[in-house]
Amino acid sequence: MVYDAAVFRHEPISMSDPSGAALHGSPPSTEAVDNSRRGFLVQATAAAGALGAAFAAVPFIASWSPSERARAMGAPVELDVSKIEPGQMVTLTWRKQAIYVVHRTPEMVSSLPGHDGQLKDPASKASEQPAYATNAKRTVRDEFLVVIGNCTHLGCLPKARFEQAQPELGADWPGGFFCPCHGSRFDLAGRVFQGSPASVNLRIPPYSFSSDSQLVIGKDDTAQGAA
Amino acid sequence: MGGHSDASLPVRTGFLGWLNKRLPVDSFVKNQLTDYYAPKNFNIWYFFGSLALFVLVMQLVSGIFLTMHYKVGEATAFDSVEYIMREVPYGWLLRYLHSTGASAFFIVVYLHMFRAMLYGSYKAPRELLWLFGMVIYLALMAEAFMGYVLPWGNMSFWGAQVIVNLFGTIPVIGPGLVEWIRGDYGIADATLNRFFSLHVVAVPLILLLMVMLHLVALHETGSNNPDGIEINDNKGKDGKPLDGIPFHPYYTVKDIFGVGVFLTAFCFVVFFMPTFGGIFLEKPNFEMANAMSTPEHIAPVWYFTPFYAILRAVPDQQLGALAMALSIVCLVVLPWLDRSPVRSTRYRGWIWKLALALFVVSFVALGYLGLEPPSPLYTLLARIFAVIYFSFFVFMPFYTKVDPVKPLPARVSYDHG
Repeated sequence: MVYDAAVFRHEPISMSDPSGAALHGSPPSTEAVDNSRRGFLVQATAAAGALGAAFAAVPFIASWSPSERARAMGAPVELDVSKIEPGQMVTLTWRKQAIYVVHRTPEMVSSLPGHDGQLKDPASKASEQPAYATNAKRTVRDEFLVVIGNCTHLGCLPKARFEQAQPELGADWPGGFFCPCHGSRFDLAGRVFQGSPASVNLRIPPYSFSSDSQLVIGKDDTAQGAA
Repeated sequence: MGGHSDASLPVRTGFLGWLNKRLPVDSFVKNQLTDYYAPKNFNIWYFFGSLALFVLVMQLVSGIFLTMHYKVGEATAFDSVEYIMREVPYGWLLRYLHSTGASAFFIVVYLHMFRAMLYGSYKAPRELLWLFGMVIYLALMAEAFMGYVLPWGNMSFWGAQVIVNLFGTIPVIGPGLVEWIRGDYGIADATLNRFFSLHVVAVPLILLLMVMLHLVALHETGSNNPDGIEINDNKGKDGKPLDGIPFHPYYTVKDIFGVGVFLTAFCFVVFFMPTFGGIFLEKPNFEMANAMSTPEHIAPVWYFTPFYAILRAVPDQQLGALAMALSIVCLVVLPWLDRSPVRSTRYRGWIWKLALALFVVSFVALGYLGLEPPSPLYTLLARIFAVIYFSFFVFMPFYTKVDPVKPLPARVSYDHG
């Protein structure tokens, strides 16, 4: 059935017309339709509707963010570093990420500057680390390297390959980490070698030493529990 | 639809008469099946569309029944899959039908897509049909990826880690986006739960909607055929295309035969080699997810490996992810890259035939390289094949223009086998 435009224009309809001719039978009105006004109303209604839909989408999208429980589980973790032998590595988790803590020997530390020419970012300028770890050794204390283990390429866990000159890593391999997923290589300061798919060095979490031997990951002096 | 007034429809009384006054059953069957004409010269390549529909139904049914026993959650998911395998009556069959079905889906869809490339089925006026198909393909990739995470094996976990981190390579918003997708600081319970919801509800709904649009668009333009000419250009006195036959019963019967052949091969895999030597179900996934232990060698399931090989071949993180995304986008814009005046490879020249052959070789080679651990030789090969893959698309507007084409026949032909 076709409605008469008169119905929408609120023209007076005779209520005494028993046949309903005013509703169904009358010829189309010749009165001009104000198209610009109609267009404006349609666009304004559509814009208001779109804005409302955007607001309504916020809770749904926000529900995907980490929950309060997930955030609470991301609290700092502690480790007694005096129990790590020189040349050994301990792995722990903080915020679902693997944290590598390496007790570097003096030889390991002194070998670090020797291969700067083979690195993508030797001074860690493009890499992610707290200001207090933005130095040549990437540490607060030279002997303890603290890095987020997950490869900066796509998040796999590089394996510790601390011995020098390993067969599959080359005769000039200075010791470091090798990612089995996509072949990224890092040195003993977590700095990425050229030719790796990873573009930046391993990330360094915020950390501090609460005593001589107690390492706190996720908490430093600059910002409480930051990251 | 106004089908009731059509004199060619059967005169119905009783219940069917009552029904047809309220639902256009007879007119729908007539318009879409018994009076819908498809080209006579379909060959073996034309089985895969109906097979894809069949596999979709099979995945929906086996998936619904698996959901009755699966328990989502990082503490329960892995155990519940083992429970399905060992203790639920025929649970092993439901799971192997579903896991083998995933690989079968991609085999069928890749052959279906290759058919479109072989006979130029994406060319005007079927561009939108191709686009709907590409959305189905993308939804299928998302569906397969999230489904692979659900058993919460170690490859599920690390596969999710790698794929979700790909979004982290997007400048500025990347890191925040990754945390939002995961719902935690790492792949966690929250991630598994939302992937479950998307896998069993959201993406299947999108898939069904897109399949419907794909079919509506197909029935509007009609099928292409191996000769790439329009059957509607040659109509008989009755107005029916001379080179067409009604879809039902002719092609329904043909497609049922195709389903029979497919099921023979499919059931052999389900019953005798469901892991397919570690290609359909990877070995590390028989071990529970462990955030502290990356498997020695991470490879996605075979249907993603061509794109994964491209990702790995690029020695830069952001450019690698970009190249991988572009390798899929290239397929989407195919109808606008191909400038050839003819559709079918049968009437195209040597340049197109060579290009298409090189494309197929590079796609298969990249698929193999993506399964293997990286080595200097394989990385070099992956780079060479990635260059060939992209060259196929980048130079297509030029070589399809100069390609020496043959004259098209007036009517469809059969002598090509």
